[in-house]
Amino acid sequence: MKKEAQILSEALASQLGESETLWAQLRRMAKQNKLAVASAVLLILLLLAAVFAPVLTPYDAVTGDTANRLQSPSAAHWLGTDEMGRDVLTRLLYGARISLAVGVIPTLVSLALGVALGMTAGFLGGKIDYIIMRFADVMLAFPSLLLAMVIMYTLGGGVVNIFLALALVGWASVARVVRSETISLKESEYVEAARSMGVSSWNIMLRHILPNCLPSLIVLFTLNIPSAILSESSLSFLGIGVQLPNSSWGLMVNMGRQFLYDAPWISLAPSVAIMLVVLSCNFLGDGLRDVLDPHLKRG
Amino acid sequence: MSTLKSIGKRILGSLPVLVGVILVIFLMLRILPGNAIVTMMGEHVNEANIARMTAELGLDQPWYVQFWVYLKGLFTGDMGTSLKYHKPVSDLIATYFPTTVRLAAYAAVVAWVVGIFCGVISAVRKDKLVDRLFMGFSLLGVSVPVFMTAMVLQYFFAYQLKWFPLQGTTQGFLSYVLPAIALGWNSAGSVARLTRSTLLEVMQSDYIDTARAKGRGVAGSVLFHALRNAMIPVITVMAMQISSLLSGAVITETIFSLPGIGRLCIDAISGRDVPLLQGSVIFTTLLVIGGNLVADCLYAALDPRIRKEA
Amino acid sequence: MNDLTLKIENLSAGFFTDRGYVPAVDSVSLQIPKGQVVGIVGESGCGKSMLARSVMGILKYSGRITGGSIRLCGQELVGMPEKKLRALRGKDMAMVFQEPMTSLNPVVPVGKQVREALLLHEKMDRKAAKQEVLRIFERVGISEPEKRYNSYPHQLSGGLRQRIMIAMAMVCKPKLLIADEPTTALDVTIEAQILQLMRQLSKETGMSILMISHNLGVIAQMCDQVYVMYAGKIVEKADVNTLFADCTHPYTKGLMGSVIDLKENPPRLPAIGGMVPNLLHLPEGCAFAPRCPYASARCQKERPSLLPIAQGHECRCFERGLG
Repeated sequence: MKKEAQILSEALASQLGESETLWAQLRRMAKQNKLAVASAVLLILLLLAAVFAPVLTPYDAVTGDTANRLQSPSAAHWLGTDEMGRDVLTRLLYGARISLAVGVIPTLVSLALGVALGMTAGFLGGKIDYIIMRFADVMLAFPSLLLAMVIMYTLGGGVVNIFLALALVGWASVARVVRSETISLKESEYVEAARSMGVSSWNIMLRHILPNCLPSLIVLFTLNIPSAILSESSLSFLGIGVQLPNSSWGLMVNMGRQFLYDAPWISLAPSVAIMLVVLSCNFLGDGLRDVLDPHLKRG
Repeated sequence: MSTLKSIGKRILGSLPVLVGVILVIFLMLRILPGNAIVTMMGEHVNEANIARMTAELGLDQPWYVQFWVYLKGLFTGDMGTSLKYHKPVSDLIATYFPTTVRLAAYAAVVAWVVGIFCGVISAVRKDKLVDRLFMGFSLLGVSVPVFMTAMVLQYFFAYQLKWFPLQGTTQGFLSYVLPAIALGWNSAGSVARLTRSTLLEVMQSDYIDTARAKGRGVAGSVLFHALRNAMIPVITVMAMQISSLLSGAVITETIFSLPGIGRLCIDAISGRDVPLLQGSVIFTTLLVIGGNLVADCLYAALDPRIRKEA
Repeated sequence: MNDLTLKIENLSAGFFTDRGYVPAVDSVSLQIPKGQVVGIVGESGCGKSMLARSVMGILKYSGRITGGSIRLCGQELVGMPEKKLRALRGKDMAMVFQEPMTSLNPVVPVGKQVREALLLHEKMDRKAAKQEVLRIFERVGISEPEKRYNSYPHQLSGGLRQRIMIAMAMVCKPKLLIADEPTTALDVTIEAQILQLMRQLSKETGMSILMISHNLGVIAQMCDQVYVMYAGKIVEKADVNTLFADCTHPYTKGLMGSVIDLKENPPRLPAIGGMVPNLLHLPEGCAFAPRCPYASARCQKERPSLLPIAQGHECRCFERGLG
C-alpha cells in the first residue's frame, strides 16, 4: 500500500505534467522500497548459487556418505545430512535449479499463452471471445492443484511435464486480465486514431495494446512465480511431481518427511528455502505493483 | 423481488462451465486408453479378457458416446465403479466427503474471521505497530507452503506438546484444529491483505467524508459505511479461496492422515483408478462452482447496483 | 460580535508530503454573520475546499491545521477534542459536497443515510426519525418521499441526489451549512433549482451558508459577502454588489473577464493566462504576479498584504488603483 504522502506527491507530479518512463518508475521503487530491493538481491544471489553450485560446495548431490547419515547441522554440514548421508545444503543448491526453473519457465509460458488468448478474445470479441473465455472459466473452476494432479497423472511425472502442467493451469487468469485491459484500450482514443489512419489490427495489438499491458504483465509475472513454485513443491511433495534422481525442494521435503521427528532439518531446510523465495517474490511483486499498476489488486 | 429468478439465471449461466469441467477431465483421463483395464485385471491380463472388459465398460465406443453415457450417469448420481475398491465411486465420495468439508469449513472460518479482523484493524491503525505485525503475519501466511505449516504444527503441538492428535480423526474436533490452522493461514493472509487495501481505498471515498461530516467517528464510518463496500471485492476473493482451500486440503489430509477427498484423489492416482480420480475431481470442482454461485448471490445482496442488473 | 456564526482568524492549513509542506490555506480570516450567505470564489486548487474541510475538521490525507482559530458561534474548533467536534458535525455545522453520486454510500438506501444523522445527534427512535426524514424530504422538494426513502443512490437523478445531500445536511437544523461546489456536477436548470432551495432554506431557518464555488454566476446569485481566494490567500473581500460593480484585484477582474464581457471598457481583459501556481514553489513576490497583466517590479519582489480600500472592501494588491 502506498503512503499518502507518496500518493500526494504523485498527484502533484501528474499535475505538473511529469510522467515517468518504465525505467524511472523502477528506479523510484528501488529508492522507496528497500524491502523489494533486498528481495531482488536475494533472488539473484540464489540464482547465482544454483548455477555455480558445483563450485560452491565440496559435496556431491547424488552420492551420499553412509557413515554420516542423519547428522544434525554442524560446521562441516551447515544444514545437516539426510538419510543417505548427503549434505542438505548441497542438495538445496542443486534443487534450487529445478525449483527456480519451475518458477520461471511455466510462468513465462502461461504468460505467453494468456497474452495471446486474452488479447485475441478482447480484440476480436464475439464468438471467439465467448469460446476462449468460457474455456478460461472452466480452467479457473478447478482447484488448481487437482487440475495439475490430473494433468500430471495423464502425462506422468517429470520436470518437463511439470512445466506443461503448470503452464496449462496458469494461463487462464492471465488471459482474463489481458482481455479486460485489451477491451478498455481498444476503446481508447489513440487506438481509435491509429485505426482511423489505417493501421492494421495486428499492428495495433503489437504496437499499442501490448506495450500498455506490459506493467500489469510484469507484476503478474512476479506474482505468479511464487504460486508456480508452491504448486511444484506441492506436487513433488505428494510424489507426483519431480521424480528421482532429479530433485526439487518439494521432493526433498517429501523425502525428509519420514525422518521428521529424528531429523527435522531435512524437510525444514527446503521448506524454509521455498518460503524465502516466495516471500521475496511477493515483496518484489508488491513493490512493482505499487509503482507500475496500482489498479491490479491481489489478496 | 425476483431473487429466485436471478438465482436461477446464475445457475443456468454456470451450466456451460459445469459441462466444460466434466468434459475436460473426461478427455484428459481418456488420452491413455487401455491402461485402466490392465490395472484392473492384474495378473489375469490377456487379449481376450481385455477385449471383454473394454466392451463391458463401453470403452470401445467413440469418446462422445462414452461422454454422453457418463454425463447421463452423473445426473442420476452414478459415477462408475472404483477399480481399486470395487465400490461405486459415489459411495466412496459420500464416505470421504464429510471430512473434507469439515476441514475446509473450519479452515475457512479461521481464514475469514481472522483475515477480516486483521485486515480491518490494520487498515484502521495504518502504519502503526499492529498493522505491521498483522501484515507481516499475513504475508508470511501467503508465502509459507501449506505442507510446511502443517508439518511444523504437527511437530510442535502434536509430537512435542501432545496437545492435539498426530493423525486421523479419532478425537473429533480436536483432530481438525491443527489441519484447519495449517490450511487456513494462507487464505487468512490473502483475505487480510485484501481487506486492508480495499478498506483503505474505500476510506478515501467521498461518502466516508459525508459520514464524517454527519458526525460519525472514524470507527463508526468504517463499521457502518466502509466495511460493507470493502467486503464486495473481498467476497470475490473468498469465493476463489474455496478452490484453493480444497487444493490445500489434499496436502493437509495427506500429512494428518485425514480420510477426505484429497486422500481419495491421491489413492486414485497411485492405484491408477480412473473412475475414482475422475469422480472425486469432478465432485470437488462442483463444490467450487457451487461456492461461487453462493458468493455471486451474496455479492448481489451486498451491492444493490448489481441486483438491478441481474 | 455575538451574531457571528463563524469567525475564522489567520487560519493556516496544508499537507505534509514527500516533497515538502504544501500551504493550501495561508492565514485566512473570514466572518459569517448569522443568516448570511458568504461565498468563497477561486480556481480549483486555490485552497477553498481545504478551508471548508478545516472548518468541518475532516481534512484528507496528511492535511493538518497549522495555526489560527475557527470559532463556531463563539466556540473554538481548532484544538477541540475529536469527540466534542464530532458532536458538532452534522448538528451545528453540516456540509454538502460537490459530487452527489460519490458522496452517497452506494449500498445504503438514501433515507437511511439521512436518518443516520438524526440518530447520531437527536434522541429519537427509528420510527420518529423516519417521519422526520420524510418531512425534510418534502421540504427540500423530493416528490414521493416514502418511495424515495428506500431508493439507492444509483436509482436517482443527479438533482435528486443533491437534494438528498441537502436534506441530510439540513435534517438537524444546523447553524452553518458549508456547500462545497454543490452544483458543479449538475446541469444548469437543476443548478438554479438547488441554489434557490438553499437560499430559501437559509431565509426560513436563519442558517448561515459558506458557499464555495469557482463559478461567479453562482456566487452572484447566492451570496451577501464574497471572498476571492488565490494560492491559499484571500486576495479580495467585498459585498456582492461592490464586487461585481467595482472589483479591484486583477485576479478578480480576470475571473469576471472569463464570465462577463466588459462591454466597451478598454483595455479588455483576456481570460487569465498562465497556470495555477505550484504551491510548493510559490513565487517570491505576489503569487499572482506571474499571471498579472499589471505586475510591476515591486510585485515580483514583495508580497502585498490585504488592506481595506473602502468600507467593507479589502484587497491584496500594490497596484490597487488600477482599472
